Amino acid sequence: MSALIKVDHLTRIFDVSKPWLNRVIERLPKALLTAVSDVSFEIEENSVYALVGESGSGKSTIGKIVVGLVPPSKGAVEVEGVDLATETDAAKVEAVRADIQMIFQDPYASLNPRWRVRDIIAEPVAAKGGDTKGLAERLLEQVGLSAKDADKYPHEFSGGQRQRICIARALASGPKIIVCDEPTSALDVSVQAQVLNLMSDLREELGLTYLFISHDLTVVHHMADKIGVLYLGRLVEEAPRDTLFDDPKHPYTRMLFDAAPRMDAFGREVEPPKGEIPDAINPPTGCAFHPRCPLAVERCSRERPEMRQIGQTRVACHLAE
Amino acid sequence: MTDTPVLSVRNLVVEIPTRHGVLRPVDNVSYDIRAGEILGVVGESGAGKSMTGNAVVGLLDRPARITSGEILLSGQPIHTLKGEALRRLRGKKMGMIFQDPLTSLNPLLTVGDQLTETILEHLGVSQQQARERAVAALEEVGIPAARSRIDSYPHEFSGGMRQRVVIALALCAEPDLIIADEPTTALDVSVQAQIVALLKRLCRERGVAVMLVTHDMGVIAEAADRVAVMYAGRLAELGPVREVLTEARHPYTSGLMASTPLASQGHERLRQIPGAMPRLGNLPDGCAFHPRCEFAQDRCRQNPGPTLDTCDGRAACWFPLGADRKQEVGA
Amino acid sequence: MADIQSEIRPSRLRRAWDSDLAWSFRHAPVAVVSAVVVLILIAGALLAPLIAPHDPFNPATLNLMNGFTPPGQANQFTGDLFLLGTDDQGRDVFSTILYGMRISLFVGFSAVLLAMVLGVILGLLAGYVGGWTETIIMRVADVQLTFPAILVAMLIFGIAKGITPPEYRDQMAIWVLILAIGLSDWVQFARVVRGATLVEKNKEYVQAARLIGRSPFAIMLRHILPNVLNPVLVIATISLALAIIAEATLSFLGVGAPPTKPSLGTLIRIGQEFMFSGEWWILFFPAATLLALALSINLLGDWLRDALNPRLR
Repeated sequence: MSALIKVDHLTRIFDVSKPWLNRVIERLPKALLTAVSDVSFEIEENSVYALVGESGSGKSTIGKIVVGLVPPSKGAVEVEGVDLATETDAAKVEAVRADIQMIFQDPYASLNPRWRVRDIIAEPVAAKGGDTKGLAERLLEQVGLSAKDADKYPHEFSGGQRQRICIARALASGPKIIVCDEPTSALDVSVQAQVLNLMSDLREELGLTYLFISHDLTVVHHMADKIGVLYLGRLVEEAPRDTLFDDPKHPYTRMLFDAAPRMDAFGREVEPPKGEIPDAINPPTGCAFHPRCPLAVERCSRERPEMRQIGQTRVACHLAE
Repeated sequence: MTDTPVLSVRNLVVEIPTRHGVLRPVDNVSYDIRAGEILGVVGESGAGKSMTGNAVVGLLDRPARITSGEILLSGQPIHTLKGEALRRLRGKKMGMIFQDPLTSLNPLLTVGDQLTETILEHLGVSQQQARERAVAALEEVGIPAARSRIDSYPHEFSGGMRQRVVIALALCAEPDLIIADEPTTALDVSVQAQIVALLKRLCRERGVAVMLVTHDMGVIAEAADRVAVMYAGRLAELGPVREVLTEARHPYTSGLMASTPLASQGHERLRQIPGAMPRLGNLPDGCAFHPRCEFAQDRCRQNPGPTLDTCDGRAACWFPLGADRKQEVGA
Repeated sequence: MADIQSEIRPSRLRRAWDSDLAWSFRHAPVAVVSAVVVLILIAGALLAPLIAPHDPFNPATLNLMNGFTPPGQANQFTGDLFLLGTDDQGRDVFSTILYGMRISLFVGFSAVLLAMVLGVILGLLAGYVGGWTETIIMRVADVQLTFPAILVAMLIFGIAKGITPPEYRDQMAIWVLILAIGLSDWVQFARVVRGATLVEKNKEYVQAARLIGRSPFAIMLRHILPNVLNPVLVIATISLALAIIAEATLSFLGVGAPPTKPSLGTLIRIGQEFMFSGEWWILFFPAATLLALALSINLLGDWLRDALNPRLR
């Protein structure tokens, strides 16, 4: 039981102010958006950790911080004990970089349209001056495409096939961890099943660890071992999959489960959730969920709840038990 | 009952001439929607579901055009209408809700202006009455403090509220039919639930016929009364939503249901349909689904492909899945 | 393996012919006509020494008696026949146009190349690096845009003329002209490339390349540049027409190509002196050539812009 990734009190603030001149003329304050606020979790080797949340929950930002595309404002991410943001030993950084890869949401934007598939897949290795002979062909077959596809350009493939190419590229450097940012959101249902199955197979074959980011509860339920629920940049609940789905402790998690459309709920008449996600530039005081929470008490608007361990669940709610 | 359906689409064919030949994004599609009924139209991208909706409201982008079949609104043919007549009918009898609420609202006019303009044009009431109706419409779709927010601009509303405004706009001329094209796709889960509940309530209370186009089986299951499953421009299956989703008769519908991860399943592999939907310019002979179908036989590969009429009226399949091959869905 | 590939894959030529761009070209009569006109004019300019009946720059072959011969008529003194007539010094207008086009096209192409290289590099840097680099580059561009391009060109031309020694002025004139037009024209390239770069740099393939650890230079050159070239091509075409006209304007104003090496603009300046004394052809034919050249290139550019426009496929 070793933690491969350790996310420690991670915070990321974006400056979304208007340009300096406009601010001075219109007398506007600086606008700071807290995309991620004090998030901590650990991912164990060879497991699937899922981050689930609606828009503005900060789930993609966390993914980008973990792979090193965005630096954290506060806190740290350790991959295999190395903090990519502060580590100065270039060799260590290189080694960790090769161990962590990413699959993106939009399979149409994530492949350079001017490059042949062979060059796209081999780039992670070619950039380091490695041997790329036959690499693309082997990886293409591993993800269920044909070795002949290496000579084609991305526009000759469908969305699902492109996502397979993205997976092949992610595998090229022989990584241990793959961060998957909504990998099937842009795909049709029947193709989504193919890609999810492929990801499961690869995980078993190669012993991969996934950080799986998604807004789709059914997909998360299918893939994840452990799930973290995010709301407005804060981790509100974290639990092993079955525990979370059987016994959600945070009111937001419950709301999310109730609101998700279900294929077996014909003509379901439920009271839909109230309100919408608040503005992340001016988040509510105390618990970010309190304005929409059916259980909220006075304390919730005043004091931000700490993460508490209850059984196998960690939950940030004053009232959870 | 002797009532004619609000919308009746008969053997509709939409064609797009291209340099590589004529494409048929909608091929021989027929269905009815009655008053107070929600018809769900599902399919994967490129199945022709949006194109069907656009054809009904007369919003096909050139060079796409209707080449045969007819569209009847309360028994009156509307596919032959053009220009002004079509435009008047579109506002008065049909309302439209699109995926992105921003594109269906004019950013330079207040919400109230857009609502009263539509009401004045179609209902023949006074300016004052139109404004009252606009407030009522906003209240009906659940916008809090409608009277004070009516003079706001679209960008001052949040995404979910904006979609409510679009729904109010679609409803304010009291149409008989609403075409909702992926109305919840751009929204978050919690807001999506609100919009689906709103659509259902309006349909029931007002007796409007709704055509709900979406790719989300969950939304269909919760909202629709009947469902039309489209594949490669053709109707694959059409029937009451519970029957189609739990006892699919077309192998495509069944595969679609099986490949959706259900919360009740565990980590086991998903059943997947091999391959991808063929491109329109490259459709196979016979049943368009046969290359991906595990039950395909010789008859499936021959011309012409099955249609609802040539089969049992529910699934366009020569060998529909029966009670002996019942699919486990949602159990 | 390579043999099998070449059997299956159609030849490069065949693929080019089948491409959407080629198809759209074949179905755009205006573009085809424009392309033919441009090609004829360029061929005429390139082959001027072979085609031109006279060498207008060799004083030994000139006969002042041939001055002012109307087009298509025999000269009343010498009996010589000139297709498009002659100017005051007896130079064959047809030949001077061919040689003039060489200079106009050379200046045009070179200036656009200079503007393009400069604009693309600065645009890429501004778009990808951002921050102060972007602010400085784009503000300079903004300032330059507030002056008419021709004014900027004249300014550069004036300064350059001031600092070159008088004996080299005529030789240098062409290069100064290229520099002046090129420097006045980089802004639109930079703006368009910056805009396209801002779009491309947020696409996930660029993030994937960053993730791999590619250097910013490699990302700009290998990933972004190929994807922003389409609009650059369109602007280059339209700029070519503008550069040719700018050159003509400068030469017409007398600050461009010297009379000893006349471009189309210089020819027009010479011609307009005779416009009202009945010798219309000295002005008309160079002007018509300039018009045909600029118009055809512009129409080609318009077609290219439409054809490269992303649309539903």
